Amino acid sequence: MTAILRSYALRLLPQLIALAAILLMVSFVFPGFFRLEIQNGRLYGSLIDIFNRGAPVVLLAIGMTVVIATKGIDLSVGAVMAICGAVAASSITSGHSLAMTLLITLGTGILCGLWNGFLVAVLDIQPIIATLVLMVAGRGIAQLVTEGAILTFNDPGLIFLGSGSFAWLPLPVLIWLAFGILVALIVRKTALGMLIEAIGVNRQASTLSGVLTPVLLIAAYMLSGLCAAIAGIIAAADIKGADANNAGLWLELDAILAVVIGGTSLLGGRFSIAASVLGAIIIQSINTGILLSGFPPEFNLIIKAAIIVFILVLQSPPARNALTFVALLRASRKPTERQAR
Amino acid sequence: MKPKYLPLTATIVIFVLSYALCVAQYPNILSTRVIGNLLTDNAFLGIAAVGMTFVILSGGIDLSIGSVIAFTGVFLAVVLENAAIHPLVAFAVALLIATLFGAVMGAIIHYLEMPAFIVTLAGMFLARGMAFVLSIDSIAIKHPFYGTLKGLYYKLPGGGRITLIGGLMLLVFGIGILIAHRTRFGTDVYALGGGTATAKLMGVPVGRTTIMIYALSGLLAGLSGIVFSLYTSAGYSLAAVGVELDAITAVVIGGTLLTGGSGFVAGTFIGILIQGLIQTYITFDGSLSSWWTKILIGLLLFAFILMQKGIVYVSRSERRHA
Repeated sequence: MTAILRSYALRLLPQLIALAAILLMVSFVFPGFFRLEIQNGRLYGSLIDIFNRGAPVVLLAIGMTVVIATKGIDLSVGAVMAICGAVAASSITSGHSLAMTLLITLGTGILCGLWNGFLVAVLDIQPIIATLVLMVAGRGIAQLVTEGAILTFNDPGLIFLGSGSFAWLPLPVLIWLAFGILVALIVRKTALGMLIEAIGVNRQASTLSGVLTPVLLIAAYMLSGLCAAIAGIIAAADIKGADANNAGLWLELDAILAVVIGGTSLLGGRFSIAASVLGAIIIQSINTGILLSGFPPEFNLIIKAAIIVFILVLQSPPARNALTFVALLRASRKPTERQAR
Repeated sequence: MKPKYLPLTATIVIFVLSYALCVAQYPNILSTRVIGNLLTDNAFLGIAAVGMTFVILSGGIDLSIGSVIAFTGVFLAVVLENAAIHPLVAFAVALLIATLFGAVMGAIIHYLEMPAFIVTLAGMFLARGMAFVLSIDSIAIKHPFYGTLKGLYYKLPGGGRITLIGGLMLLVFGIGILIAHRTRFGTDVYALGGGTATAKLMGVPVGRTTIMIYALSGLLAGLSGIVFSLYTSAGYSLAAVGVELDAITAVVIGGTLLTGGSGFVAGTFIGILIQGLIQTYITFDGSLSSWWTKILIGLLLFAFILMQKGIVYVSRSERRHA
């Protein structure tokens, strides 16, 4: 058990260090950063805020991790968020019950994923183009659903999903925590995760060795669609309305970035959902941190780009090779020192 | 006909057919005024799309061009407002910055062996961020030289005008076609798109070519930014969001394979015209909502990808039988 825990800790170490460094830096410029207090039966504080605001990107990153592990990419998640938010809003305003609305919305997300998966797995189109189709058309579809307006709603149940709280935590945090753990358990406690990695490493070889490649690929994109649907519901519930133009805008890029910061290679293969979630939290910490530290907001993107470039350069193959070289050098020096003694 | 000409031919046929359909419904679309406006309105997109074509031909992608366009616009506006230099000097400086920006991204992609997608994504954030730092407001450009440039046009029979920026786009496409098919650099780009390992074995200078491709894309994005600032007479850091997507779409509709190695700069031009035509038609119709543009372009994209798949499949099975 401890061995497993240790290997987990080792895998997540770079991300944890990066997160700790960023949080420490923020707490230097903003002293009350780590303070938590309970008001009206809910925890308040900057940390909670990071977890809460980061919910959409965390959710998208969970689905994106699985898709990227199959050597794919899903550019459409932001547009799917917009579609699902629009569907949820129009369904609840047209009188459907909350359960029915959630069912329809999640179904829509899964359907979008099915379309992407069909293009990638059956028609054998490169993932980046296959999902580009829905990315371009998706926002148009969302606007079609809302008829170009911002659809507002005041159903307390749906709003609760975005801004309610349970057991001192905001509901979005609980949703992504539960969903992340569920997905991680499903892929890691069964052979699914390994099979997904196999597809990412070599799709043809996995097909030849009897992996049901098309089914798993479609399932990966459907999971990504489902994640986008949940994120879309949370985003819509948060502002009590569906904004087809801005909901989830550019979040696909943040989600991909979260996965890459989490150390999952864009070339497919080994993946870690926990690391991607940490990656998403890192991105949100940067966003919140810059806001709190009182930098002019104009600098947000530059600082974000700089931090990202730094993390990516550290992870790049030449830098890694250099690090292993240094480590090897040290390891080889130790025995010679002993001999000298 | 060689299979490599099929996507381009299909694009041209579809463009001519859809144009004929539009003309059948609204005869005015055939007028030189509409054609002149089609060129002027899409000039900045077209120029940026030429750069994107080279990047995609080499098997890469450049997500930063929209941000570079916005940065160039804001840069020009701020410089012309605060410094007493001639716009032409400012243009040169802006082009230099944009080219260097692209070259650095190319160098990172090559030397750090990182995927172009992620590197240019960071570049997209960085360029947009630099634009924000320069100014978050929309700044009008009132320099008299801008007025002179905007007043330049070539009058077509029928009252249409080929403006300076529309003509510039045609020129850039012409030069792009020459570079792609008549220079060593052009063949190197195609070779790189066919596969980095094979290109290296054939003696293609992979590092230099990669850097030059992204530098060219940066240069054209900068030029597109200048054209955009002439077109809008302003610089705004939130302008040109998502232009990279429109450019990628135009390239794909133009028959270039996103896997790289196959396609034509001329196809991208038709791709731009098809997108412009859809918008023009929706404007003419008046009752269709703007979101149909996105849905139609998405469908078109899908149809072209399917067609390319079919062509590749057919040409492969032909080769097998031969």
